[in-house]
Amino acid sequence: MSEHTYTPKSKFGKWFNDRLPLLSLASHLTDYPTPKNLNYWWTFGGILTFCLLSQIITGLVLAMHYVAHADLAFNSVEHIMRDVNYGWLIRYIHSNGASMFFLAVYIHIFRSLFYGSYKSPREIIWILGMIIYLLMMATAFMGYVLPWGQMSFWGATVITNLFSAIPLFGESITTWLWGGYSVDNPTLTRFFSLHYLFPFLILGLVILHIWALHVPGNNNPIGIDVKKPSKDTVPFHPYITIKDLFALLIFLIIFSGFIFFAPNVLGHSDNYIQANPLVTPKHIVPEWYLLPFYAILRSVPDKLGGVILMFGSIFILMALPWLDSSKVRSSVFRPLNKIFFWVLVVDVLALGYVGAMPAEGLYLFVARVGTIYYFAHFLVILPLLSRIEKTQPLPLSITEPVLTGMPKVEFIKSDKPDV
Amino acid sequence: MSDSEKKTNRRDFLFTASYTVGAVGIGATIWPFIDQMNPDSSVKALATTEVDISQIEPGKSITVLWRGKPVFIKRRTETEISEAKAVSLEDLKHPEKDEDRVKKAEWLVMMGICSHLGCVPLSDKGEYNGWFCPCHGSHYDTSGRIRKGPAPTNMEIPKYAFIDDNTIRIG
Repeated sequence: MSEHTYTPKSKFGKWFNDRLPLLSLASHLTDYPTPKNLNYWWTFGGILTFCLLSQIITGLVLAMHYVAHADLAFNSVEHIMRDVNYGWLIRYIHSNGASMFFLAVYIHIFRSLFYGSYKSPREIIWILGMIIYLLMMATAFMGYVLPWGQMSFWGATVITNLFSAIPLFGESITTWLWGGYSVDNPTLTRFFSLHYLFPFLILGLVILHIWALHVPGNNNPIGIDVKKPSKDTVPFHPYITIKDLFALLIFLIIFSGFIFFAPNVLGHSDNYIQANPLVTPKHIVPEWYLLPFYAILRSVPDKLGGVILMFGSIFILMALPWLDSSKVRSSVFRPLNKIFFWVLVVDVLALGYVGAMPAEGLYLFVARVGTIYYFAHFLVILPLLSRIEKTQPLPLSITEPVLTGMPKVEFIKSDKPDV
Repeated sequence: MSDSEKKTNRRDFLFTASYTVGAVGIGATIWPFIDQMNPDSSVKALATTEVDISQIEPGKSITVLWRGKPVFIKRRTETEISEAKAVSLEDLKHPEKDEDRVKKAEWLVMMGICSHLGCVPLSDKGEYNGWFCPCHGSHYDTSGRIRKGPAPTNMEIPKYAFIDDNTIRIG
Protein backbone atom coordinates (compact mmCIF):
# COMPACT_ATOMS: atom_id res chain seq x y z
CA MET A 1 0.00 0.00 0.00
CA SER A 2 2.90 2.29 0.71
CA GLU A 3 4.03 2.81 -2.89
CA HIS A 4 0.52 3.94 -3.70
CA THR A 5 -0.11 7.66 -3.78
CA TYR A 6 -3.66 8.77 -4.14
CA THR A 7 -5.33 12.16 -3.74
CA PRO A 8 -9.11 12.44 -3.77
CA LYS A 9 -10.47 14.91 -6.34
CA SER A 10 -13.08 16.63 -4.19
CA LYS A 11 -12.19 18.97 -1.38
CA PHE A 12 -14.35 17.07 1.11
CA GLY A 13 -12.85 13.83 -0.07
CA LYS A 14 -9.39 15.16 0.61
CA TRP A 15 -10.42 16.50 4.02
CA PHE A 16 -11.92 13.15 4.96
CA ASN A 17 -9.11 11.06 3.49
CA ASP A 18 -6.49 13.01 5.43
CA ARG A 19 -8.31 12.03 8.63
CA LEU A 20 -9.33 8.47 7.75
CA PRO A 21 -7.74 7.16 4.55
CA LEU A 22 -10.69 5.01 3.50
CA LEU A 23 -10.59 6.45 -0.01
CA SER A 24 -6.93 5.52 -0.32
CA LEU A 25 -7.84 2.01 0.75
CA ALA A 26 -10.64 1.85 -1.84
CA SER A 27 -8.25 3.13 -4.49
CA HIS A 28 -5.66 0.54 -3.50
CA LEU A 29 -8.23 -2.24 -3.76
CA THR A 30 -9.44 -0.98 -7.14
CA ASP A 31 -6.03 -0.58 -8.76
CA TYR A 32 -4.40 -3.53 -7.00
CA PRO A 33 -2.15 -5.02 -9.70
CA THR A 34 -3.13 -8.63 -10.31
CA PRO A 35 -1.24 -11.14 -12.47
CA LYS A 36 -3.05 -11.30 -15.78
CA ASN A 37 -2.81 -15.08 -16.12
CA LEU A 38 -4.98 -15.97 -13.09
CA ASN A 39 -7.29 -18.85 -13.99
CA TYR A 40 -10.69 -19.76 -12.56
CA TRP A 41 -9.12 -21.60 -9.62
CA TRP A 42 -8.26 -18.10 -8.37
CA THR A 43 -11.92 -17.03 -8.15
CA PHE A 44 -12.60 -18.97 -4.95
CA GLY A 45 -11.31 -16.23 -2.66
CA GLY A 46 -14.18 -14.04 -3.78
CA ILE A 47 -16.61 -16.95 -3.60
CA LEU A 48 -15.49 -17.69 -0.03
CA THR A 49 -16.01 -14.07 1.00
CA PHE A 50 -19.52 -14.34 -0.37
CA CYS A 51 -20.08 -17.61 1.54
CA LEU A 52 -18.98 -16.06 4.83
CA LEU A 53 -21.24 -13.03 4.42
CA SER A 54 -24.15 -15.22 3.33
CA GLN A 55 -23.72 -17.44 6.42
CA ILE A 56 -23.53 -14.40 8.71
CA ILE A 57 -26.67 -12.80 7.26
CA THR A 58 -28.78 -15.97 7.19
CA GLY A 59 -27.47 -16.94 10.63
CA LEU A 60 -28.42 -13.55 12.05
CA VAL A 61 -31.97 -14.07 10.79
CA LEU A 62 -32.20 -17.66 12.05
CA ALA A 63 -31.08 -16.51 15.51
CA MET A 64 -34.17 -14.28 15.63
CA HIS A 65 -36.41 -17.36 15.53
CA TYR A 66 -34.32 -20.11 17.09
CA VAL A 67 -34.51 -21.00 20.78
CA ALA A 68 -31.33 -22.34 22.35
CA HIS A 69 -32.78 -24.76 24.89
CA ALA A 70 -32.60 -28.54 24.94
CA ASP A 71 -36.40 -28.84 25.27
CA LEU A 72 -37.26 -26.23 22.67
CA ALA A 73 -34.47 -26.15 20.09
CA PHE A 74 -35.71 -29.03 17.94
CA ASN A 75 -39.23 -27.63 17.76
CA SER A 76 -38.02 -24.10 17.13
CA VAL A 77 -36.15 -25.35 14.07
CA GLU A 78 -39.34 -27.02 12.84
CA HIS A 79 -41.12 -23.74 13.59
CA ILE A 80 -38.60 -21.98 11.36
CA MET A 81 -39.19 -24.56 8.63
CA ARG A 82 -42.99 -24.49 8.78
CA ASP A 83 -44.22 -21.20 10.25
CA VAL A 84 -41.69 -18.43 9.75
CA ASN A 85 -42.11 -16.61 6.43
CA TYR A 86 -39.44 -17.97 4.11
CA GLY A 87 -37.90 -19.66 7.14
CA TRP A 88 -37.38 -22.85 5.12
CA LEU A 89 -35.45 -20.90 2.50
CA ILE A 90 -33.23 -19.10 4.95
CA ARG A 91 -32.47 -22.29 6.88
CA TYR A 92 -31.72 -24.23 3.73
CA ILE A 93 -29.41 -21.44 2.52
CA HIS A 94 -27.64 -21.59 5.88
CA SER A 95 -27.36 -25.38 6.14
CA ASN A 96 -26.38 -25.93 2.51
CA GLY A 97 -24.28 -22.77 2.67
CA ALA A 98 -22.03 -24.50 5.18
CA SER A 99 -21.42 -27.31 2.71
CA MET A 100 -20.80 -24.91 -0.17
CA PHE A 101 -18.43 -22.94 2.06
CA PHE A 102 -16.37 -26.08 2.66
CA LEU A 103 -16.54 -27.12 -0.98
CA ALA A 104 -15.10 -23.75 -1.95
CA VAL A 105 -12.49 -23.78 0.80
CA TYR A 106 -11.25 -27.23 -0.23
CA ILE A 107 -10.84 -26.08 -3.83
CA HIS A 108 -9.09 -22.94 -2.55
CA ILE A 109 -6.70 -25.02 -0.40
CA PHE A 110 -5.90 -27.52 -3.15
CA ARG A 111 -5.33 -24.58 -5.52
CA SER A 112 -2.65 -23.38 -3.11
CA LEU A 113 -1.17 -26.86 -2.91
CA PHE A 114 -0.92 -27.23 -6.67
CA TYR A 115 0.45 -23.79 -7.44
CA GLY A 116 2.67 -23.53 -4.35
CA SER A 117 0.88 -20.45 -3.05
CA TYR A 118 1.95 -21.35 0.50
CA LYS A 119 5.62 -20.84 -0.34
CA SER A 120 7.75 -17.85 0.53
CA PRO A 121 6.82 -15.00 0.80
CA ARG A 122 3.23 -16.13 1.43
CA GLU A 123 3.63 -18.37 4.51
CA ILE A 124 1.64 -16.07 6.78
CA ILE A 125 -1.26 -15.98 4.32
CA TRP A 126 -1.24 -19.77 4.35
CA ILE A 127 -1.10 -20.07 8.15
CA LEU A 128 -3.88 -17.51 8.58
CA GLY A 129 -5.87 -19.53 6.07
CA MET A 130 -5.33 -22.71 8.07
CA ILE A 131 -6.49 -20.98 11.26
CA ILE A 132 -9.58 -19.79 9.39
CA TYR A 133 -10.13 -23.38 8.24
CA LEU A 134 -9.85 -24.67 11.83
CA LEU A 135 -12.33 -22.04 13.03
CA MET A 136 -14.65 -22.96 10.17
CA MET A 137 -14.65 -26.57 11.28
CA ALA A 138 -15.35 -25.59 14.89
CA THR A 139 -18.14 -23.25 13.80
CA ALA A 140 -19.72 -25.81 11.49
CA PHE A 141 -19.55 -28.49 14.16
CA MET A 142 -21.24 -26.30 16.76
CA GLY A 143 -23.84 -25.15 14.25
CA TYR A 144 -24.71 -28.75 13.47
CA VAL A 145 -25.45 -29.33 17.16
CA LEU A 146 -28.01 -26.51 17.41
CA PRO A 147 -31.03 -28.27 15.79
CA TRP A 148 -30.70 -30.82 18.61
CA GLY A 149 -31.47 -33.84 16.45
CA GLN A 150 -29.99 -37.29 16.95
CA MET A 151 -26.91 -36.58 14.81
CA SER A 152 -26.48 -33.23 16.56
CA PHE A 153 -26.45 -34.86 19.96
CA TRP A 154 -24.30 -37.86 19.14
CA GLY A 155 -21.94 -35.92 16.92
CA ALA A 156 -21.43 -33.53 19.84
CA THR A 157 -20.94 -36.47 22.22
CA VAL A 158 -18.32 -38.14 20.04
CA ILE A 159 -16.40 -34.97 19.23
CA THR A 160 -16.32 -33.60 22.78
CA ASN A 161 -15.25 -37.05 23.99
CA LEU A 162 -12.15 -36.68 21.82
CA PHE A 163 -10.83 -34.41 24.55
CA SER A 164 -11.25 -37.16 27.14
CA ALA A 165 -8.28 -38.86 25.47
CA ILE A 166 -6.00 -36.20 26.94
CA PRO A 167 -3.99 -37.82 29.74
CA LEU A 168 -4.81 -36.78 33.34
CA PHE A 169 -7.02 -33.78 32.59
CA GLY A 170 -9.20 -35.40 29.92
CA GLU A 171 -12.23 -36.00 32.08
CA SER A 172 -12.27 -32.58 33.74
CA ILE A 173 -11.86 -30.92 30.35
CA THR A 174 -14.86 -32.75 28.86
CA THR A 175 -16.95 -32.01 31.94
CA TRP A 176 -15.96 -28.38 31.61
CA LEU A 177 -16.85 -28.33 27.92
CA TRP A 178 -20.23 -29.93 28.63
CA GLY A 179 -21.10 -27.95 31.75
CA GLY A 180 -22.38 -31.22 33.17
CA TYR A 181 -21.77 -34.94 33.01
CA SER A 182 -23.01 -35.36 29.45
CA VAL A 183 -23.98 -33.27 26.46
CA ASP A 184 -27.05 -31.40 27.69
CA ASN A 185 -28.70 -27.99 27.87
CA PRO A 186 -25.59 -26.13 29.15
CA THR A 187 -23.66 -27.56 26.21
CA LEU A 188 -26.29 -26.40 23.74
CA THR A 189 -26.46 -22.83 25.05
CA ARG A 190 -22.68 -22.34 25.04
CA PHE A 191 -22.41 -23.81 21.55
CA PHE A 192 -25.03 -21.33 20.37
CA SER A 193 -23.13 -18.46 21.92
CA LEU A 194 -19.83 -19.54 20.34
CA HIS A 195 -21.44 -20.39 17.03
CA TYR A 196 -22.56 -16.78 16.94
CA LEU A 197 -19.12 -15.45 17.86
CA PHE A 198 -16.81 -17.50 15.64
CA PRO A 199 -17.95 -16.17 12.23
CA PHE A 200 -16.88 -12.71 13.35
CA LEU A 201 -13.49 -14.05 14.39
CA ILE A 202 -13.29 -15.64 10.95
CA LEU A 203 -14.21 -12.32 9.37
CA GLY A 204 -11.39 -10.61 11.27
CA LEU A 205 -8.92 -13.28 10.15
CA VAL A 206 -10.16 -12.99 6.57
CA ILE A 207 -9.28 -9.30 6.67
CA LEU A 208 -5.78 -10.18 7.92
CA HIS A 209 -5.56 -12.94 5.27
CA ILE A 210 -6.33 -10.41 2.50
CA TRP A 211 -4.05 -7.81 4.04
CA ALA A 212 -1.20 -10.33 4.11
CA LEU A 213 -2.04 -11.21 0.50
CA HIS A 214 -1.81 -7.59 -0.60
CA VAL A 215 1.75 -7.29 0.66
CA PRO A 216 3.44 -9.65 -1.86
CA GLY A 217 0.44 -9.75 -4.23
CA ASN A 218 -1.16 -12.80 -5.80
CA ASN A 219 0.72 -15.90 -6.76
CA ASN A 220 -0.17 -17.05 -10.29
CA PRO A 221 -0.43 -20.25 -12.33
CA ILE A 222 3.22 -20.21 -13.43
CA GLY A 223 4.31 -19.26 -9.92
CA ILE A 224 6.98 -16.71 -10.84
CA ASP A 225 7.32 -13.31 -9.20
CA VAL A 226 5.88 -10.52 -11.30
CA LYS A 227 6.80 -6.86 -11.33
CA LYS A 228 3.91 -4.69 -10.20
CA PRO A 229 2.46 -2.86 -11.96
CA SER A 230 3.77 -4.04 -15.32
CA LYS A 231 2.61 -5.60 -18.55
CA ASP A 232 2.22 -8.80 -16.54
CA THR A 233 -0.53 -7.33 -14.36
CA VAL A 234 -4.01 -5.91 -14.73
CA PRO A 235 -5.90 -3.69 -12.25
CA PHE A 236 -8.17 -5.66 -9.90
CA HIS A 237 -11.16 -3.61 -11.05
CA PRO A 238 -12.73 -4.21 -13.52
CA TYR A 239 -10.74 -7.23 -14.76
CA ILE A 240 -10.79 -9.45 -11.68
CA THR A 241 -14.03 -8.17 -10.18
CA ILE A 242 -15.99 -9.14 -13.31
CA LYS A 243 -14.27 -12.51 -13.56
CA ASP A 244 -14.90 -13.24 -9.88
CA LEU A 245 -18.52 -12.18 -10.33
CA PHE A 246 -18.97 -14.54 -13.27
CA ALA A 247 -17.47 -17.43 -11.28
CA LEU A 248 -19.72 -16.52 -8.36
CA LEU A 249 -22.77 -16.73 -10.62
CA ILE A 250 -21.86 -20.26 -11.73
CA PHE A 251 -21.24 -21.17 -8.10
CA LEU A 252 -24.63 -19.71 -7.10
CA ILE A 253 -26.37 -21.85 -9.74
CA ILE A 254 -24.94 -24.99 -8.14
CA PHE A 255 -25.69 -23.62 -4.65
CA SER A 256 -29.32 -22.92 -5.69
CA GLY A 257 -29.55 -26.39 -7.17
CA PHE A 258 -28.93 -27.82 -3.72
CA ILE A 259 -31.19 -25.33 -1.92
CA PHE A 260 -34.20 -25.82 -4.18
CA PHE A 261 -33.88 -29.35 -5.50
CA ALA A 262 -31.88 -31.35 -2.96
CA PRO A 263 -31.79 -29.38 0.32
CA ASN A 264 -31.29 -32.45 2.50
CA VAL A 265 -29.06 -34.55 0.33
CA LEU A 266 -25.90 -33.43 2.17
CA GLY A 267 -27.46 -33.81 5.61
CA HIS A 268 -28.42 -36.90 7.55
CA SER A 269 -32.05 -37.98 7.98
CA ASP A 270 -31.40 -39.00 11.61
CA ASN A 271 -31.11 -35.33 12.45
CA TYR A 272 -34.87 -35.01 11.93
CA ILE A 273 -35.31 -37.20 15.04
CA GLN A 274 -35.10 -35.29 18.30
CA ALA A 275 -31.99 -35.90 20.42
CA ASN A 276 -32.28 -38.92 22.70
CA PRO A 277 -29.45 -39.55 25.18
CA LEU A 278 -30.50 -43.21 25.58
CA VAL A 279 -30.23 -44.31 21.96
CA THR A 280 -27.20 -43.95 19.73
CA PRO A 281 -28.03 -44.04 16.01
CA LYS A 282 -26.88 -47.21 14.26
CA HIS A 283 -24.28 -45.38 12.26
CA ILE A 284 -22.85 -42.03 13.33
CA VAL A 285 -21.26 -39.97 10.60
CA PRO A 286 -20.13 -36.37 10.68
CA GLU A 287 -20.95 -33.95 7.88
CA TRP A 288 -19.23 -34.83 4.61
CA TYR A 289 -16.57 -32.14 4.94
CA LEU A 290 -15.16 -33.71 8.10
CA LEU A 291 -15.14 -37.29 6.83
CA PRO A 292 -11.43 -37.59 5.86
CA PHE A 293 -10.41 -36.61 9.40
CA TYR A 294 -13.00 -38.96 10.85
CA ALA A 295 -11.51 -41.78 8.77
CA ILE A 296 -8.07 -40.97 10.17
CA LEU A 297 -9.45 -40.98 13.72
CA ARG A 298 -11.05 -44.39 13.26
CA SER A 299 -8.12 -45.96 11.45
CA VAL A 300 -6.03 -45.97 14.64
CA PRO A 301 -6.87 -48.79 17.08
CA ASP A 302 -5.94 -46.59 20.03
CA LYS A 303 -8.01 -43.74 21.47
CA LEU A 304 -5.28 -41.20 22.19
CA GLY A 305 -3.34 -42.20 19.07
CA GLY A 306 -6.39 -41.67 16.89
CA VAL A 307 -7.06 -38.25 18.36
CA ILE A 308 -3.42 -37.19 17.99
CA LEU A 309 -3.28 -38.29 14.35
CA MET A 310 -6.57 -36.57 13.56
CA PHE A 311 -5.46 -33.22 14.94
CA GLY A 312 -1.98 -33.83 13.57
CA SER A 313 -3.35 -34.22 10.06
CA ILE A 314 -4.53 -30.61 10.22
CA PHE A 315 -1.61 -29.10 12.10
CA ILE A 316 0.88 -30.71 9.73
CA LEU A 317 -0.51 -28.41 7.04
CA MET A 318 0.68 -25.39 9.01
CA ALA A 319 4.26 -26.60 8.62
CA LEU A 320 3.83 -27.15 4.89
CA PRO A 321 5.85 -24.09 3.74
CA TRP A 322 8.86 -25.58 5.50
CA LEU A 323 8.25 -29.22 4.62
CA ASP A 324 8.24 -28.43 0.92
CA SER A 325 11.41 -26.46 0.31
CA SER A 326 11.39 -26.55 -3.49
CA LYS A 327 12.11 -23.07 -4.83
CA VAL A 328 9.74 -23.58 -7.75
CA ARG A 329 6.18 -22.75 -6.73
CA SER A 330 3.92 -23.94 -9.50
CA SER A 331 3.48 -27.66 -10.11
CA VAL A 332 3.28 -26.80 -13.81
CA PHE A 333 7.09 -26.88 -13.69
CA ARG A 334 7.33 -29.72 -11.17
CA PRO A 335 6.64 -32.94 -13.08
CA LEU A 336 6.83 -35.21 -10.03
CA ASN A 337 4.98 -32.97 -7.61
CA LYS A 338 2.19 -32.71 -10.16
CA ILE A 339 1.69 -36.48 -10.00
CA PHE A 340 1.89 -36.66 -6.21
CA PHE A 341 -0.55 -33.77 -5.92
CA TRP A 342 -3.20 -35.79 -7.72
CA VAL A 343 -2.37 -38.88 -5.67
CA LEU A 344 -2.99 -36.77 -2.56
CA VAL A 345 -6.33 -35.58 -3.97
CA VAL A 346 -7.38 -39.19 -4.58
CA ASP A 347 -6.10 -40.16 -1.13
CA VAL A 348 -8.17 -37.48 0.62
CA LEU A 349 -11.26 -38.37 -1.41
CA ALA A 350 -10.77 -42.05 -0.58
CA LEU A 351 -10.40 -41.20 3.12
CA GLY A 352 -13.62 -39.20 2.87
CA TYR A 353 -15.40 -42.15 1.31
CA VAL A 354 -14.29 -44.72 3.88
CA GLY A 355 -15.01 -42.19 6.64
CA ALA A 356 -18.67 -42.49 5.69
CA MET A 357 -18.57 -46.30 5.74
CA PRO A 358 -18.50 -48.64 8.77
CA ALA A 359 -15.01 -49.00 10.26
CA GLU A 360 -14.46 -52.67 9.40
CA GLY A 361 -12.93 -55.02 6.84
CA LEU A 362 -11.76 -53.49 3.61
CA TYR A 363 -12.93 -49.98 4.56
CA LEU A 364 -10.73 -50.03 7.62
CA PHE A 365 -7.80 -51.29 5.56
CA VAL A 366 -8.23 -48.51 3.01
CA ALA A 367 -8.51 -45.96 5.83
CA ARG A 368 -5.22 -47.18 7.29
CA VAL A 369 -3.38 -47.13 3.99
CA GLY A 370 -4.88 -43.69 3.25
CA THR A 371 -3.82 -42.34 6.63
CA ILE A 372 -0.27 -43.61 6.24
CA TYR A 373 -0.07 -42.14 2.76
CA TYR A 374 -1.46 -38.79 3.91
CA PHE A 375 1.29 -38.37 6.47
CA ALA A 376 3.91 -39.82 4.14
CA HIS A 377 2.99 -37.24 1.51
CA PHE A 378 3.80 -34.34 3.81
CA LEU A 379 6.58 -35.83 5.92
CA VAL A 380 8.45 -37.96 3.38
CA ILE A 381 7.46 -37.31 -0.22
CA LEU A 382 7.41 -33.49 -0.22
CA PRO A 383 10.74 -33.02 1.62
CA LEU A 384 12.36 -35.61 -0.68
CA LEU A 385 10.87 -34.13 -3.84
CA SER A 386 12.23 -30.71 -2.96
CA ARG A 387 15.70 -32.25 -3.11
CA ILE A 388 15.59 -34.74 -5.97
CA GLU A 389 13.02 -33.37 -8.38
CA LYS A 390 14.33 -31.98 -11.67
CA THR A 391 12.12 -28.98 -12.30
CA GLN A 392 11.44 -27.56 -15.72
CA PRO A 393 12.78 -24.14 -16.79
CA LEU A 394 10.72 -21.19 -15.64
CA PRO A 395 9.63 -18.45 -18.05
CA LEU A 396 11.07 -14.98 -17.43
CA SER A 397 7.70 -13.32 -17.28
CA ILE A 398 4.03 -14.05 -17.76
CA THR A 399 4.00 -12.27 -21.10
CA GLU A 400 7.09 -13.91 -22.56
CA PRO A 401 5.76 -17.45 -23.22
CA VAL A 402 2.51 -15.94 -24.52
CA LEU A 403 4.32 -13.78 -27.08
CA THR A 404 6.86 -16.35 -28.15
CA GLY A 405 4.84 -19.50 -27.89
CA MET A 406 7.51 -21.41 -26.02
CA PRO A 407 10.13 -20.14 -23.65
CA LYS A 408 13.25 -19.40 -25.69
CA VAL A 409 16.45 -20.90 -24.41
CA GLU A 410 18.22 -17.54 -24.19
CA PHE A 411 15.45 -16.15 -21.99
CA ILE A 412 15.35 -19.13 -19.73
CA LYS A 413 16.76 -18.74 -16.31
CA SER A 414 17.86 -21.52 -14.03
CA ASP A 415 15.21 -23.31 -12.03
CA LYS A 416 15.04 -20.51 -9.52
CA PRO A 417 12.36 -17.83 -9.53
CA ASP A 418 13.05 -14.13 -9.18
CA VAL A 419 14.03 -13.10 -5.72
CA MET B 1 29.08 0.99 37.81
CA SER B 2 27.96 -0.57 41.06
CA ASP B 3 25.68 2.39 41.61
CA SER B 4 23.82 2.00 38.33
CA GLU B 5 23.65 -1.77 38.80
CA LYS B 6 21.98 -1.24 42.11
CA LYS B 7 19.46 1.08 40.50
CA THR B 8 18.74 -1.47 37.79
CA ASN B 9 18.16 -4.15 40.38
CA ARG B 10 15.75 -2.00 42.26
CA ARG B 11 13.84 -1.29 39.06
CA ASP B 12 13.93 -4.97 38.12
CA PHE B 13 12.34 -5.81 41.42
CA LEU B 14 9.61 -3.26 40.84
CA PHE B 15 8.95 -4.62 37.37
CA THR B 16 8.82 -8.21 38.59
CA ALA B 17 6.61 -7.27 41.50
CA SER B 18 4.20 -5.35 39.24
CA TYR B 19 4.08 -8.14 36.67
CA THR B 20 3.39 -10.68 39.40
CA VAL B 21 0.61 -8.66 40.96
CA GLY B 22 -0.79 -7.99 37.50
CA ALA B 23 -0.68 -11.67 36.53
CA VAL B 24 -2.39 -12.72 39.76
CA GLY B 25 -5.03 -10.06 39.24
CA ILE B 26 -5.67 -11.09 35.67
CA GLY B 27 -5.78 -14.75 36.66
CA ALA B 28 -8.24 -14.05 39.45
CA THR B 29 -10.41 -12.10 37.01
CA ILE B 30 -10.34 -14.75 34.32
CA TRP B 31 -11.10 -17.68 36.63
CA PRO B 32 -14.83 -16.89 37.14
CA PHE B 33 -15.22 -16.72 33.35
CA ILE B 34 -13.68 -20.16 32.98
CA ASP B 35 -15.32 -21.76 35.98
CA GLN B 36 -18.82 -20.62 34.95
CA MET B 37 -18.62 -23.32 32.30
CA ASN B 38 -18.21 -26.12 34.88
CA PRO B 39 -21.32 -28.02 36.05
CA ASP B 40 -23.56 -25.64 37.99
CA SER B 41 -25.33 -26.33 41.29
CA SER B 42 -28.56 -27.43 39.63
CA VAL B 43 -26.70 -29.97 37.55
CA LYS B 44 -24.79 -31.26 40.57
CA ALA B 45 -28.02 -31.50 42.57
CA LEU B 46 -29.32 -34.29 40.33
CA ALA B 47 -26.65 -36.55 41.71
CA THR B 48 -28.68 -39.59 42.88
CA THR B 49 -31.38 -41.75 41.34
CA GLU B 50 -33.29 -44.63 42.95
CA VAL B 51 -34.31 -47.54 40.74
CA ASP B 52 -36.80 -50.37 41.33
CA ILE B 53 -35.31 -53.58 39.96
CA SER B 54 -37.97 -56.08 41.03
CA GLN B 55 -39.45 -56.39 37.55
CA ILE B 56 -36.25 -57.38 35.74
CA GLU B 57 -36.18 -61.02 34.57
CA PRO B 58 -32.87 -62.94 34.44
CA GLY B 59 -31.04 -62.16 31.21
CA LYS B 60 -32.84 -58.84 30.80
CA SER B 61 -31.60 -55.36 31.45
CA ILE B 62 -33.00 -51.90 31.87
CA THR B 63 -31.49 -48.54 31.09
CA VAL B 64 -31.98 -45.59 33.40
CA LEU B 65 -30.85 -42.01 33.04
CA TRP B 66 -28.45 -40.72 35.69
CA ARG B 67 -26.76 -37.32 35.29
CA GLY B 68 -27.93 -37.25 31.68
CA LYS B 69 -26.19 -40.52 30.93
CA PRO B 70 -27.60 -44.02 30.56
CA VAL B 71 -26.90 -46.61 33.25
CA PHE B 72 -27.35 -50.29 32.37
CA ILE B 73 -28.80 -52.51 35.09
CA LYS B 74 -28.48 -56.09 33.92
CA ARG B 75 -29.72 -59.19 35.73
CA ARG B 76 -27.23 -61.71 34.46
CA THR B 77 -27.95 -65.41 33.89
CA GLU B 78 -25.79 -68.16 35.39
CA THR B 79 -24.09 -68.71 32.02
CA GLU B 80 -23.24 -65.05 31.67
CA ILE B 81 -21.80 -64.90 35.17
CA SER B 82 -19.68 -68.01 34.66
CA GLU B 83 -18.53 -66.74 31.27
CA ALA B 84 -17.42 -63.47 32.89
CA LYS B 85 -15.66 -65.28 35.73
CA ALA B 86 -13.92 -67.77 33.45
CA VAL B 87 -11.95 -65.10 31.59
CA SER B 88 -8.26 -65.01 32.42
CA LEU B 89 -7.00 -61.56 33.41
CA GLU B 90 -4.20 -61.88 30.87
CA ASP B 91 -6.73 -61.75 28.02
CA LEU B 92 -7.99 -58.35 29.15
CA LYS B 93 -6.90 -54.97 27.88
CA HIS B 94 -8.05 -53.39 31.14
CA PRO B 95 -7.66 -56.21 33.68
CA GLU B 96 -10.42 -56.27 36.27
CA LYS B 97 -11.96 -59.31 37.97
CA ASP B 98 -15.67 -59.76 37.47
CA GLU B 99 -16.06 -59.92 41.26
CA ASP B 100 -14.64 -56.41 41.54
CA ARG B 101 -17.14 -55.02 39.09
CA VAL B 102 -20.32 -56.21 40.84
CA LYS B 103 -21.76 -56.08 44.34
CA LYS B 104 -24.03 -59.09 43.73
CA ALA B 105 -22.92 -61.42 40.94
CA GLU B 106 -26.44 -61.44 39.49
CA TRP B 107 -26.60 -57.69 39.07
CA LEU B 108 -24.28 -55.75 36.82
CA VAL B 109 -24.73 -52.00 37.24
CA MET B 110 -22.60 -49.88 34.93
CA MET B 111 -22.54 -46.71 32.87
CA GLY B 112 -23.98 -47.42 29.44
CA ILE B 113 -21.24 -45.37 27.89
CA CYS B 114 -18.55 -46.68 25.62
CA SER B 115 -15.19 -45.59 27.02
CA HIS B 116 -14.04 -44.69 23.52
CA LEU B 117 -16.09 -41.67 22.50
CA GLY B 118 -19.22 -41.88 24.58
CA CYS B 119 -21.76 -43.74 22.44
CA VAL B 120 -24.34 -46.07 23.98
CA PRO B 121 -23.37 -49.69 23.23
CA LEU B 122 -26.03 -52.19 22.14
CA SER B 123 -26.73 -55.07 24.52
CA ASP B 124 -26.46 -58.79 23.67
CA LYS B 125 -24.33 -57.97 20.66
CA GLY B 126 -20.72 -58.39 19.64
CA GLU B 127 -18.25 -61.23 19.70
CA TYR B 128 -18.28 -61.66 23.49
CA ASN B 129 -22.07 -61.83 24.07
CA GLY B 130 -21.97 -58.62 26.05
CA TRP B 131 -22.22 -55.24 24.40
CA PHE B 132 -21.18 -53.84 21.06
CA CYS B 133 -20.64 -50.17 20.31
CA PRO B 134 -21.92 -49.34 16.83
CA CYS B 135 -19.94 -46.12 16.54
CA HIS B 136 -16.41 -47.41 16.25
CA GLY B 137 -16.74 -51.15 16.81
CA SER B 138 -15.77 -51.85 20.43
CA HIS B 139 -16.76 -55.27 21.83
CA TYR B 140 -17.50 -55.76 25.55
CA ASP B 141 -17.99 -59.02 27.45
CA THR B 142 -20.74 -59.99 29.91
CA SER B 143 -18.96 -58.04 32.60
CA GLY B 144 -18.78 -54.90 30.45
CA ARG B 145 -15.03 -55.26 29.99
CA ILE B 146 -13.40 -54.13 26.77
CA ARG B 147 -12.26 -57.10 24.69
CA LYS B 148 -11.79 -55.79 21.18
CA GLY B 149 -11.85 -52.41 19.45
CA PRO B 150 -10.58 -48.88 20.07
CA ALA B 151 -12.06 -48.29 23.56
CA PRO B 152 -9.26 -47.98 26.13
CA THR B 153 -11.04 -49.11 29.30
CA ASN B 154 -13.92 -51.20 30.61
CA MET B 155 -17.29 -49.55 30.93
CA GLU B 156 -17.32 -47.54 34.12
CA ILE B 157 -19.06 -48.71 37.29
CA PRO B 158 -20.92 -45.83 38.95
CA LYS B 159 -21.18 -45.42 42.68
CA TYR B 160 -24.29 -47.34 43.73
CA ALA B 161 -25.79 -49.21 46.66
CA PHE B 162 -28.52 -51.77 47.24
CA ILE B 163 -31.03 -50.10 49.54
CA ASP B 164 -32.95 -53.38 49.77
CA ASP B 165 -33.36 -56.43 47.53
CA ASN B 166 -35.51 -54.54 45.06
CA THR B 167 -34.03 -51.05 45.02
CA ILE B 168 -30.72 -49.61 43.89
CA ARG B 169 -29.56 -46.09 44.55
CA ILE B 170 -27.16 -44.74 41.94
CA GLY B 171 -24.89 -41.90 42.90
